Amino acid sequence: MDTSTPDPAAPGAARTALLVLADGRFPAGGHAHSGGAEAAVKAGRIRDATDLAAFCRGRLHTTGLTSAALAAAAAAGVDALALDEAADARTPSPALRATARKLGRQLMRAARATWPCDALDALAAARPRGAHQPVVLGVTARAAGLGPEDAAHCVAYETVGGPATAVVRLLGLDPFEATAVLARLAPELDQVARRAAGAAHRALAEGTGTLPAASAPLLDITAEAHAAWPVRLFAS
Amino acid sequence: MTTAPADVAPAGIGATARITAVPDGLGGTRLPVLESDGPLALRRTRGTGAYARVTVVGAMSAPLGGDRLAVEAGVRDGAALAVDSAAATVALPGRGGRHARYDVRLTAGADARLRWLPEPLISARGSDLRMITRVELAASARLVLREEQILGRYGEEPGTLTTRLTVHRAGRPLLDQELSYGPGAPGGWDGGAVLGGHRATGQLLVVNPDFELNPPETTLLGDNAVLAPLAGPAVLVTAVAADALQLRRVLDRALRTFG
Amino acid sequence: MHLDHSHDSAMAVSADAARPDGTKRALRIGLGGPVGSGKTATVAALCRALREELSIAVVTNDIYTREDAEFLLRNAVLPPERIQAVETGACPHTAIRDDISANLEAVEDLEDAVGPLDLILVESGGDNLTATFSKGLVDAQVFVIDVAGGDDIPRKGGPGVTTADLLVVNKTDLAPYVGSDLGRMARDAKAQRGELPVAFTSLTAENGVKPVADWVRTQLAAWSA
Repeated sequence: MDTSTPDPAAPGAARTALLVLADGRFPAGGHAHSGGAEAAVKAGRIRDATDLAAFCRGRLHTTGLTSAALAAAAAAGVDALALDEAADARTPSPALRATARKLGRQLMRAARATWPCDALDALAAARPRGAHQPVVLGVTARAAGLGPEDAAHCVAYETVGGPATAVVRLLGLDPFEATAVLARLAPELDQVARRAAGAAHRALAEGTGTLPAASAPLLDITAEAHAAWPVRLFAS
Repeated sequence: MTTAPADVAPAGIGATARITAVPDGLGGTRLPVLESDGPLALRRTRGTGAYARVTVVGAMSAPLGGDRLAVEAGVRDGAALAVDSAAATVALPGRGGRHARYDVRLTAGADARLRWLPEPLISARGSDLRMITRVELAASARLVLREEQILGRYGEEPGTLTTRLTVHRAGRPLLDQELSYGPGAPGGWDGGAVLGGHRATGQLLVVNPDFELNPPETTLLGDNAVLAPLAGPAVLVTAVAADALQLRRVLDRALRTFG
Repeated sequence: MHLDHSHDSAMAVSADAARPDGTKRALRIGLGGPVGSGKTATVAALCRALREELSIAVVTNDIYTREDAEFLLRNAVLPPERIQAVETGACPHTAIRDDISANLEAVEDLEDAVGPLDLILVESGGDNLTATFSKGLVDAQVFVIDVAGGDDIPRKGGPGVTTADLLVVNKTDLAPYVGSDLGRMARDAKAQRGELPVAFTSLTAENGVKPVADWVRTQLAAWSA
């Protein structure tokens, strides 16, 4: 097995790395999480593609932006442990903090096998129970030769891709419709990624307090209820 | 509820009210600084126990487009301050379509206690308000803080409202939360992830160093509210509701337990 | 997968035989097979048969969270801290084959919490005939089918039947009632599997799990050697 570190200078290398990292099949545990969609489906707040679009749009501009900025900041080289603390302050739900750390640990495993580097080892050693997933993703993106906006794109896409896939499974929603929802959100995804990257550059100079903290009350509330369900299909 | 007329000068007003609370040496608290400014009128009202109480009367209801209002309250080591308001704050549109800004800056020193329990903030149609609350707590300080956002007066479309609540404890971030609603907010704010059609939302934050040893457990308060421990010694109640009355009922329930 | 890069802290990568502290980790055996073939019953019977001689833990991958874990708890085959459920987002085969990260967390958490362990049984959620375990997750896998599912399953083959390290044909006591021909199943399995072993079990019989338990002991002896 070739374990040589990817050369970021090679033409197209980083773009391919972005595809690998953003791929839903990247083995980092995302497939078992609905991003709050399972609870929203049960509460009747997602019944069709229109509801899914509103849900995804809301999630994108709240926790999506916040997480994308954390990832972008980590990719830009802001101290990962300071970002992990900032992520805690931006995640008032204990169930969502646990989920973020669990997914962070799973991503860490995949990342260290894929793009081994000292920065990932150091973060894994400092947070053996897992750092917040967006922070791990940002450090991973940097290890893969990607930039802050790439990391933000990855997180923003995952923010809406997770619920869309979950709703296909939960409601039997037409997968073409679900994918069309994601495609129509593309301009807003780009905008969120740019905003997140801008915030990351500002955080380099002014600290993590300047990062966005957009949040979604219903996601925080329903995450706790969902975590207490005795029977559920998704972990979150 | 009182509202100010909308036909004020387009430039808007700038006003900063200030409160400083210190121990009075007799087990109570005195207020060496109690400065009203412009529309922000502060009155010392009857407190309970060691608390000095200040009520913001009427004037808290006037952030018009273009206004820049601020309240600063400092609770020095060992003092206890409770602040409330006589009426809801109504964000109203001003001339020229400029946004209004409302800053609340709170500090609490060692063993200080602060209760910040204003009436709701109502975002009226056409208004655009950015409210920023920053709290700096010493490690041994205690805080009870309530924020309620009501989107539109009865039966009315909401204005644009962005609130950010940033709380640091012993210099480290404890809670950082930004909420954004209304026609000027990014999309999806009324969808199933954020408000799901609810028109009232609120938070009750309780910071208590005793929670370090005995953190309260996560408790569901009906379908639309939860009380949950933060990563530090604090609990946050997050609630959405159909209206202000139902919202207050949920937050009061938690306030009786933890306040 | 063994990377040149050192991964000495916090976690091992996939199939590494050593734990981060250098000690040898537990043998991991996966149990898969169609819904209702008796995977959970086999896991329960194995725990009862082996728990006196081995330190065992179980990871379940339910379609619905915790159902199988709770069956094991109710039947008290192991203390609760030795049973962990992994949620699979409606895709149990993904969690054991394509994205094994949650299962790897679970097996490592169990070794940290109740270790040292000799054996970890990883039970898949009931799935179809194509579901197999990743070699990054388990060291050996058992595929459990039953006579009531039709005596043509061994003939049909599929990755589980063909490649599993042990094929278990369960519920042999039902064969006369469902018209299944055990001899035919054995011949078809032989044709599909060559030298790979097949065990016929009836878990309702006294010590009915013995052929499987013996196979596990053999695997363990080879692992510890």
